[in-house]
Amino acid sequence: MAAIFVYITHKNGEADDTAFELASAAKAIDAAAAPSAIVLGSSADVEQVASQVAPYYSEVITASHDALQYPNAEVQRKVLASLLPAKALLLLNHDSFSMDLAPGLSIVLDAAFASDVVAFEGIQDDTLQLARQEHGGAVSSRSTCSLENGAIISVRAGSFKAPEAGAQGAVVDKSADLGDLSSKRQFVEVIAAEVGDVDITKSEILVAVGRGIEEEDNLDLVHELATAMGADVACSRPVVDAKWLEKSRQVGTSGQTVSPKVYLALGISGSFQHIGGIKGSPFIVAVNKNKNAPIFQAADVGIVADILDFIPVLTEKINASK
Amino acid sequence: MNILVCVKRVPDSSENEIRLNREGNDIDTDDLVYAVNEWDNYAVEEAIQLVDKVGGSVTVVSIGTEENEEILRREMAMGAETGVLLSDPLFEEADGRKLAAILSAYISKNNFDLVLCGAQADEGGAQVGGMLAAMQDKPYAALVNMIEVLDDNKLKIGREIEGGSQEISEIELPCVLSIQTGINEPRYVSIRGIRKVASVEIPTLGAADIGFTDVPLRLNKLEYFQPELGEGAEMLEGSEEELADKLVELLQAKGGIK
Amino acid sequence: MDIVGPAQFVVLGIKTQIFSILIPVVALVLFAYIISKRLIPLRRAAQDERFNRFGERLAQIWSLWLLQVKQPRYMLAGVLHMAIFFGFLVLMLRSIALVFIGFQDDFQWPFLGGSLGVGYTIAKDYAATVVLVACVIAGIRRGVVKPPRYAVPEQYGKDHTGEAVFVLALISLLMISESLFDASKLATGGEAGHFAAPLSLAWFFTGMLRGSSTELLQGIHIVSYYVHDLTFFYFLCFLPFGKHFHVLTSFFNVLFMRLDRGKVKPVRYGLAKEELDELESFGVKKLEDFTWKHMLDFYSCADCGRCSDQCPANAVKRPLSPRFITIKARDLLFKTFPVWGQPQEAPALIGGIYTEDEIWSCTTCGACEEECPLAIEYIDKIVDLRRGLIDEGMVPQSLQKPLNALERRGNPYGKTAKQRGKWIEEEEFAQAVPVKLLQGGETADTLFFVDSVGSYDDRIIEINRKAAQLLHHMDKDFGILGEQEKDAGNEIRRFGEEMLFQEIKEHNTEAILEVAPQEIVTTDPHTFNTLCRDYEGLPPVRHISQVLVEGLAQGKFSLRPLEEKDLVYTYHDPCYLGRHNLLYDEPRQLLDALPGMKRVEMEKHRDRSFCCSGGGLALFYEPEEETRMGVVRVQMAREAGADVLVTACPFCLINMEDAVKIAGLENELKVIDLTELFAEQVEFVPTVAAAV
Repeated sequence: MAAIFVYITHKNGEADDTAFELASAAKAIDAAAAPSAIVLGSSADVEQVASQVAPYYSEVITASHDALQYPNAEVQRKVLASLLPAKALLLLNHDSFSMDLAPGLSIVLDAAFASDVVAFEGIQDDTLQLARQEHGGAVSSRSTCSLENGAIISVRAGSFKAPEAGAQGAVVDKSADLGDLSSKRQFVEVIAAEVGDVDITKSEILVAVGRGIEEEDNLDLVHELATAMGADVACSRPVVDAKWLEKSRQVGTSGQTVSPKVYLALGISGSFQHIGGIKGSPFIVAVNKNKNAPIFQAADVGIVADILDFIPVLTEKINASK
Repeated sequence: MNILVCVKRVPDSSENEIRLNREGNDIDTDDLVYAVNEWDNYAVEEAIQLVDKVGGSVTVVSIGTEENEEILRREMAMGAETGVLLSDPLFEEADGRKLAAILSAYISKNNFDLVLCGAQADEGGAQVGGMLAAMQDKPYAALVNMIEVLDDNKLKIGREIEGGSQEISEIELPCVLSIQTGINEPRYVSIRGIRKVASVEIPTLGAADIGFTDVPLRLNKLEYFQPELGEGAEMLEGSEEELADKLVELLQAKGGIK
Repeated sequence: MDIVGPAQFVVLGIKTQIFSILIPVVALVLFAYIISKRLIPLRRAAQDERFNRFGERLAQIWSLWLLQVKQPRYMLAGVLHMAIFFGFLVLMLRSIALVFIGFQDDFQWPFLGGSLGVGYTIAKDYAATVVLVACVIAGIRRGVVKPPRYAVPEQYGKDHTGEAVFVLALISLLMISESLFDASKLATGGEAGHFAAPLSLAWFFTGMLRGSSTELLQGIHIVSYYVHDLTFFYFLCFLPFGKHFHVLTSFFNVLFMRLDRGKVKPVRYGLAKEELDELESFGVKKLEDFTWKHMLDFYSCADCGRCSDQCPANAVKRPLSPRFITIKARDLLFKTFPVWGQPQEAPALIGGIYTEDEIWSCTTCGACEEECPLAIEYIDKIVDLRRGLIDEGMVPQSLQKPLNALERRGNPYGKTAKQRGKWIEEEEFAQAVPVKLLQGGETADTLFFVDSVGSYDDRIIEINRKAAQLLHHMDKDFGILGEQEKDAGNEIRRFGEEMLFQEIKEHNTEAILEVAPQEIVTTDPHTFNTLCRDYEGLPPVRHISQVLVEGLAQGKFSLRPLEEKDLVYTYHDPCYLGRHNLLYDEPRQLLDALPGMKRVEMEKHRDRSFCCSGGGLALFYEPEEETRMGVVRVQMAREAGADVLVTACPFCLINMEDAVKIAGLENELKVIDLTELFAEQVEFVPTVAAAV
């Protein structure tokens, strides 16, 4: 069994939740694995992040350099290629950065590549069985991945639960061995999304609200719930027409087509036009006071309740669960 | 600027029709209609717009059988000058790495300043572009949602990153970019447009033509299966408190609470 | 002493007769030149087919042009216009006679001798008076009262009031000078048989001038003659430069008007379907792509604003005002083909004078065309412009999705064909109502053409099940095409995707003919319209309301009284049932047949019905608008005092059921489909003959 490494995603000196989840993912591949973490970045960040993740990994390999401060995949790919031993298995969080970095890395290392993996289903010799979702989540597939030459695997966030902290792993600084950090792609800047400009088509969790909210002021309840869940707020057409939420939040054939993982429909009757905007197979929870609302046909779980009463209760429970 | 856009033929994703067959181990292809991968379509539109601005030509390439000619024609109706079909029995079983190797072989025989791919396709691998770039030893950027030509050797690009922010970089040509949806508004292709290019010859190239030698698969698909989701809503019963408790549990299990 | 006329008057030793000849000759040459310039674009325009069916065309001239039947729809403006129009007609003879009087003092029309001449004099005196009064009122209306209909929104250019008032002033000057010319002569004491009609303008002037010196009267006589002469010819040459061109073109515009309701013009006249593929370009992209009749429309617009006043898109502040579709094109025509100088290069229409959103905003409801007193066409132009947009790929993403789905799956929702006939299989329904699935050689007398919305939308499926139940009750041998049916395509065609429409039409026609039905029935007015108007070689097509009215007449329905006695009903005319197909009465008959029916009309009903925001592809388009048309419409229903809004179109139902929620009227107004309402009152238990 090849050694497992985990690429640590971090921002502003904080390790991402996935940094811990991936320690569990490594164990899911091989219960006996003693995964190593790799933390790249500026020296201040690296030190801080390394200490956060050390209790979850047997070893934390760090490398810091000004050129690594903003994660430029073109540069980091080179660094990882030089840091990783032959036939290593590298886990990353599946995100915009891994999409940039990982496929190319697999070629550079001549390793196998699998992306957006949601489950590991066992390992036999040098063959790892894994599950992914395809067609926007409509179906799942089971594949075998050859570990003969090592593998680069990106894992969907939330697929694994972070483990308990363990013994502190040793921190090994490899900043001295970085080599050539030149790149044909230069980072310029990040343009932050405009405030309130949420792209619900990219949201993983959506709290969608419909006519059942009755009044604009009641939207506060929905926003509170969404904050508690870490979700974005979406809506059906009547809410947009009433100008209570911006058009960019409308789900439906005349609005956005969304493909979240979880869709909580509150007070939405579930017209043909609305359901048409929900792509893939998200886990749909519908809350509606009308037990015959068509949304219940489309939903996985249904609750008959007045959303104005139910939302505050739910928000409270979620906050309490954290 | 000579631009190559790699396009894939995929089941039309505009509706939820992807289901498993009766055996439950493969996709039911009975009712499927196919179209060009949505991301690739944005890439073709972007290529056409770039060529409109700075001149050059757009070539679209697809790996598959003669069935792929339809999507190539559709992209040609949009304004791509040339369509190329890469077809060979050797190409039939492929993982992302092999697809990238086939495309790389074709690219090596030609001269492109810029290669565009869709950021991902039906299988959600989001890999071919990045692999292709590495094989060609060209700079790469994924999820590109803005391209501006700075000069003959350099592009300014935007990448879509988490939270709807945009990461701006400069990248040297030649390079490979994978395109995110929303970068532009792809034009409509009318039936008439397709008919106009119906008789244009689409060259078909096999493994030997492009000098491709087979590569072993690193990822082997065993089967498809349905994630555990039932039909129709399971109605939860109980007091509001109980309902909320049950729902919190469910949401946690499904990743609905961050 | 008598005064002399312009034919004999001498001033500074020059006979004014020379001016009497010079003015008309110069003016007519000039006028001929102007008109020849105005005709240039018409000659470069696309073909049209209007030199046919002259009987019908003359009937339109009679009612629309001569009797001005559309005018009183706007009472004050209409009556004023009719006064001026009829006045002009009467005065035409007089005005021409006046020109000849400039050559020869005693000129009179040979056919206007004796008492006929007397009668004509009276008529023309009053006509001039009425026209002047009308002009004064109209002038006050335009210049002082300023009805909002005439306002020019900023994005469409400058205000047009100046031109309107100026022309009213010109007309008034014509009337006054004509009357003064007569009056100055009559005031001298006149000759026997020459008089002014009592209380006419000429009569008043005669009274005022009586007793004046001969010199003064002579002066007024000559001056008023030449003022009239110059004004008359100035006016004639001025007409082709603005909205008053309609004075000259209206006759021809009505003569060559579109005669068929609900139809859409072909891409190009005189071209077989196979030849369409060979066209370089499709639809209207630049000025010359319009047909000559459509250009004549632009020339003929009187800028009266009625189209836009009735346009639902304009009412909800979409970026569309039909009036300016015309005015902007007319201004571009004038600029591109100037009277003085060579034709210019014109910009592409889209991006030049029109925006994409403007062209997609139209629901093709036809309210504008219904209202236009000059029979100006809008839908055909919008469709032609859309064809151009489609050809250029300029289609909003919101419409690309359903269009692609239509191409691949034959319905805009992207559902599979297999699901299309599934609605008849629901157990309870299938037991009660057997519906034949007309596949694999099965035939039926009546084909129920369900169309996409009725096959896939749960709410509309309910209605179609009711319709099927009624057909079954009427003992019809009927069935559906199921998988073989594709979207009928009313909106595919009207949204400009002509070739897709042709393919779908071909497919459907073949599928229908295979079943060999005696008749086709549909519940969807859009389907009804396209099958009737766009398809060829089909058996008769009827809307369900026609079928039910027939059943009613045959006594096939035993109707229960309406349960809730206090409810007031109103009927919303769907555009494609009413305006485009004139089925106004049948639905009302069905409603009134229900015992206990209390029905009111909304202010906008029948041919002034207000569109709910459109069907088919219109449901997918995302317009910029302030409110939704449906909301405006349901509020109208409330204003009429209705508790139940009945319609007979699936899209009206979808739009207005939504609108009721948005308007917060759920507790006050219920929207229901006519078929559904009717079926609820029908006793479906087979009536056994009462035992005697």
